[in-house]
Amino acid sequence: MNPNPWKKSWTSGPLAQLVYTRLIEFTREPQAVFWVYFFPLLMAFSLGIAFREKPAENLKICLVGNSLSHAKWNLDNASGFVFSNESREVALGLLRRGRVDAVLESRLENGENQPLFHTDPTRSESALAKARLETHLAYLNQPTLKPIPELFLDLGGLRYIDFLIPGLLGINLMGGGLWGVGYALVDLRVRKLLKRFAATPMLVRDLLLGIAISRFIFTAGQVVILLGTSWLVFGVQIRGSFFDFCVLVILGGFCFLSIGLLVASRATKYESVNGIMNLVMLPMYVFSGVFFSAERFPEMLAPIIRILPLTALNDSLRAVMNEGRSLSLLGFEIMVMGLWTAVTMGLALRLFRWR
Amino acid sequence: MYINPMNAAIECNNLTKTYPGKPPVEAVKGISLQIRRGECFGILGPNGAGKTTTLELMEGLLIPTSGSVKVLGKTWQKDGGWLREKTGISLQETKLSEELTVLETIRLFASFYEDSAHPQDIISQVSLESKSSSLIGKLSGGQKQRVALACALVGKPELLFLDEPTTGLDPQSRRQVWEMIQKFQAGGGTILITTHYMDEAEKLCGELAIVDQGKIIAQGSPGHLIKEFGGQTRIEVDFLEPGPDPDWILPHAEISQLCEVGPNRFLLQTSSLIDSLPKVLAAATSAGQSIQTIRTHQPTLEDVFVGLTGRHLRDEVAGP
Repeated sequence: MNPNPWKKSWTSGPLAQLVYTRLIEFTREPQAVFWVYFFPLLMAFSLGIAFREKPAENLKICLVGNSLSHAKWNLDNASGFVFSNESREVALGLLRRGRVDAVLESRLENGENQPLFHTDPTRSESALAKARLETHLAYLNQPTLKPIPELFLDLGGLRYIDFLIPGLLGINLMGGGLWGVGYALVDLRVRKLLKRFAATPMLVRDLLLGIAISRFIFTAGQVVILLGTSWLVFGVQIRGSFFDFCVLVILGGFCFLSIGLLVASRATKYESVNGIMNLVMLPMYVFSGVFFSAERFPEMLAPIIRILPLTALNDSLRAVMNEGRSLSLLGFEIMVMGLWTAVTMGLALRLFRWR
Repeated sequence: MYINPMNAAIECNNLTKTYPGKPPVEAVKGISLQIRRGECFGILGPNGAGKTTTLELMEGLLIPTSGSVKVLGKTWQKDGGWLREKTGISLQETKLSEELTVLETIRLFASFYEDSAHPQDIISQVSLESKSSSLIGKLSGGQKQRVALACALVGKPELLFLDEPTTGLDPQSRRQVWEMIQKFQAGGGTILITTHYMDEAEKLCGELAIVDQGKIIAQGSPGHLIKEFGGQTRIEVDFLEPGPDPDWILPHAEISQLCEVGPNRFLLQTSSLIDSLPKVLAAATSAGQSIQTIRTHQPTLEDVFVGLTGRHLRDEVAGP
């Protein structure tokens, strides 16, 4: 019949075509590309820089008295201090007002210059300054004394950025599932394309799989960009296994995809789907520990917060990325996400309507 | 009219559709039809008459409240997958993705069918070769409608369902769409089309069902319907001066009815325009009257509709 048969390869099959058209449609919408790929980065940068950890501040010391004896104390070698010289009255005034942490006076006693501290008993910095200067002077007088070795704590996994990035990954997976799948489906329904598709031999399975696969491709790109950039710029790492991390990303993505499908199963207007989306997402934005730990909420809310899917995803991502835990220790979180997926997917497929 | 079931492309019996609600809306109230293979069958009616619902019941997109539909000898419930392969559909309003090109769109739809035409072939069939790589969003209304038609044709259907395919198009685009429909029919295809344009129905359809308020109120070929329900040809004569006594013309022509509309205007109804017109002219001359204008009006499907319902096709139907 047809001298020019078309179908030759799997790329001309329905699933491949559905995925392909969604991908190119997406790349032709610069706004969508911005919100999906650059907005999360922008958020990571601005929050990461605003809340970056600063080293402990130097203690401010005011020196009073004979400057020759100050030199003898070898204060240039004492680290962690900022020194200034003032008259006695001015220095004590600064101490009273909290502008300096301690005043070190060189006083003539029995024909020799002796140190004397002026401190503010209400401020711990004051006591700290005295203690550390005292140690410095003690070492000076007894060259045989050796400082006790000291190791600084590895801050990796404990900084705010390490807390933030898994949270951002979590909300991106949530947004991707709800907007990318839920809104996309409602959009197809409003435009009557869903009905038009229903009038072809295409299978529902292929349509939903096509949307899901194209979404996973966007999301994978998102995760790689966000993770790669935060590794390069902030040194954020995955301390646990990369495989475990991928399992969590896929499970989380699938969980929110199912919720998105449920949200979109019946909605026939953009307004109604917007409303439901916000209803679903807002509580999780607030309670699931994206920007600050969910543990700050009252104890009585904890059981509810723990069973939110985003809490489970964020907590488990942090456990793998920052604490290097393995999946076997995250049974509860995995169960929470699995249950949400099963229940919402089951409901969505039951309630789904073409028109 | 009886059609051998072997030759019927569509057969439906006492089809009804009631949308639940308060009060429930009876969109289709018992429609029975037989559509022959190879025919272009039109459903003509005003907006809200139930045309789209009727079409969607036959397309298997809606489930009838009662009654049965058989398409190409099969039912949607049992052989839905097979029927989807054999039918092509154009909905009244589908917004295809604006960010896809014509070729990408056709290729997507082609991928859904077991046996599809080559996308390029279909694009040339709807004369959009030069727009093949244009985005849908950049096309005119007529071009978009041709893409929609291409999507309906790409699965090489035997039966085409078209819901108001030319609504909102300019005259030239409408003619292009008509040509494509006629080409499809010439290739042996069957078409079921809804429209509220009588010129479209007259031009395309061999058989018509006039639908009003969910029911078929008349069915037949356009010629048959006009002859049956359209009334007679009218002749309107304007004289320069107030005319003579109306009786002057009666003995001269096959005039069935005569009335005086104004002091110098007459309206005549005749069964044969060709016979009557020369006689009207001759009679006027012999009566010493100067004719200013003569208008004739042959009955159309619009007159059929008005004659049957007392309303015009383009009027909105009152009530639910």
